[in-house]
Amino acid sequence: MNMQTLTVEKEVEKRNEVITGAEAVILSLLAEDTDTIFGYPGGAIMPIYDALYGYLDRVHHVLTRHEQGAIHAGQGYARVSGKPGVVFATSGPGATNLITGLADAKIDSTPLVCITGQVPFAMLGTDAFQETDVISLSMPVTKWNYQVTKPEEIPAAIAKAFYIATSGRPGPVVLDITKDAQFATFNFDYKKCRGFRSYNPKPSIDIESVKAAAELINTAKRPYVLFGQGVILSHAEKELAAFVEKTGIPAAWTLLGLSAMPTDHPLNVGMLGMHGNYGPNKLTNECDVLIAVGMRFDDRVTGNVSTYAKQAKVIHLEIDPAEIDKNVKTEVAVLGDAKESLRLLTEHCHANEHTEWLDKFHEHARIEHEKVIQAELHPSKEGLTMGEVIRRVNDLTDGDAVVVTDVGQHQMVACRYAHFKKSKSNITSGGLGTMGFCLPAALGAKLGAPGREVVAVIGDGGFQMTIQELGTIFQVQAAVKIIILNNEFLGMVRQWQQLFFDKRYSSTELVNPDFVAVTKGFGVEASRVTERDKLDSSLKAMFDHPGPYLLEVVVEKEDNVFPMVPSGASVDEIRLE
Amino acid sequence: MKKIFTIVIFTENKIGLLSRITSLFTQRHINIESLTTSESEYTGIHRFTVVIHEVEDKTKKVVKQIEKQVEVLKAFCFTDEDTIYSEIALYKIRLDETIDRVALEAVVNTNGAFIKEEIGEFLIIEKTGHKEQTHQLFEELKPFKIQGFVRSGRVSLSRTFSTFSQHLQYLETHSKEIITQ
Repeated sequence: MNMQTLTVEKEVEKRNEVITGAEAVILSLLAEDTDTIFGYPGGAIMPIYDALYGYLDRVHHVLTRHEQGAIHAGQGYARVSGKPGVVFATSGPGATNLITGLADAKIDSTPLVCITGQVPFAMLGTDAFQETDVISLSMPVTKWNYQVTKPEEIPAAIAKAFYIATSGRPGPVVLDITKDAQFATFNFDYKKCRGFRSYNPKPSIDIESVKAAAELINTAKRPYVLFGQGVILSHAEKELAAFVEKTGIPAAWTLLGLSAMPTDHPLNVGMLGMHGNYGPNKLTNECDVLIAVGMRFDDRVTGNVSTYAKQAKVIHLEIDPAEIDKNVKTEVAVLGDAKESLRLLTEHCHANEHTEWLDKFHEHARIEHEKVIQAELHPSKEGLTMGEVIRRVNDLTDGDAVVVTDVGQHQMVACRYAHFKKSKSNITSGGLGTMGFCLPAALGAKLGAPGREVVAVIGDGGFQMTIQELGTIFQVQAAVKIIILNNEFLGMVRQWQQLFFDKRYSSTELVNPDFVAVTKGFGVEASRVTERDKLDSSLKAMFDHPGPYLLEVVVEKEDNVFPMVPSGASVDEIRLE
Repeated sequence: MKKIFTIVIFTENKIGLLSRITSLFTQRHINIESLTTSESEYTGIHRFTVVIHEVEDKTKKVVKQIEKQVEVLKAFCFTDEDTIYSEIALYKIRLDETIDRVALEAVVNTNGAFIKEEIGEFLIIEKTGHKEQTHQLFEELKPFKIQGFVRSGRVSLSRTFSTFSQHLQYLETHSKEIITQ
């Protein structure tokens, strides 16, 4: 008997006892080592909340101010800890408020187990109070979902939910439990799910494809690695470093791959994509072998896909067969878990160096530094830039903090300028681009990694989308450090309007409330800084404060994020200004 | 170039899978020409037969997305040349005094159809075949005033050896390995 089973048996004292479905939900979650639940009660989930009341010494329930806040908090918790986020919501509006978070978690492969209450079985389809067809609504945004109508199904459904959410390419699952199933009693017994026949989460690696990939790499003159979140999800950070170090191949990251390799690693050449670094984008169209690891060639990475890396032979290391050849045609696909694929590939590749090729990246980095970075980090103008704020935050936290971002200009700047030492340190809404993600996700991240400094970087627009979660942060005293980069604009949309819509600033200027007063109203300490010479002391005051703290930094109103690959352009048409 | 593809999907018998599968087509703006589901030759495993008119690349990608669903066992994609397929159509004709029964039976016979049942003043004619053939009969029956017409979705079997049984065997052994690990 392994340790896991022992713990399960210890936790689940009520094995083989007659209990309610509601209590079975809690015991099943405990059997899966759930320590934190994010949620919001309501009519159809009341029996589960009632059962939870008896277990609050073993599991922490975080009462958010909105179900969207609960699910984003669950995502933040999952991304920082590697454990699935567990979320409770009631039927009807409770469940529909989860949809944005589900879509976000689906596209960013984040493991979540969401449990929603449902009207009693006999009332299904009667348009009962707070009835909504959660299964149909959540179908396209879940990896799996299931409606439980009998208490006997609860343990197996929860076991399957955890297994599906966390295995293979992770994702969100929804269990919709009717109220009568929560009330009814049955004989409880819990067994973890270890697999079922229609689901093969880890395809076994075909060694021939590894050899074919190695052969391409061994003869390549200008090989280039692109890595994504797959590296983090499969815990392959060491294997990735070992692979590039042996082969001497420069490596660039996607938004979600950020922090999988330390920023100062000599072969880490920077960020891909629309606002990524100059060299990594431009040189994509000069490499001869492109090795994509755990990434999915999102359009924000490829730009115009018909002119993307056409000269290169593409090797794709990927766990999800549906990603192979989806956007970019591969020469060699290595299906499987990135950790094992990288280990095997490293074994079959010769030690090598690509100094001249790497120098090209350095050359491009110098150009970008001169034309963009210098002015961003050491501006000669009066107003503060987002970049200098991020860099100071970084210096003060020694690159050790978890940086959570929202969506927009500040997100791109944070990802461009933050330095990282540890994996799972960058949490952002990548695929879905969900404004309002950051504040609740930062709360979840702090609870998932209480020992780490968690910095939330948010724009003034996105902050107001989930501002109510300041209430949750206050209630649980989660020591999140919140930085509002306030430019009084929906900055990214404004930037596009300036560049591509003739400066017609249609509905992008914000007249904001007093963020400091609002935050203090929630009971959270806050201050504002507008001048460069006070930035450091303000940041230090924030970090020295033991509890949650918000610092509003007033930045230049009309700064743009560069470089930029304009929408629909090729990666080598990247603009520096 | 768009052409007809028959997608055959083997799934676990679970509520909601139909909707999960059809939504993958909806998301990609692919119209489903016909859809049939029934239990397959394996107990507890369902077979979906989906016919679409689409380009090959988009079809192959949607097949991969279907196979990615955790309760789908396997999905195959065939062109018309790869399969034997058929549809069934029923036609209802009212036998009033204006109907030339001899001429009607001649149409039925030349089209390889048959009279399934005569209920009072109604005749039910049945025809199986490709859509063009059931449509041809529909056209020829028009003068006899069709009272009702229904055509089923396509059912099809591949012309080649089915690899599904091997695949199923692999899945079952593989999942047993995982479970007993």
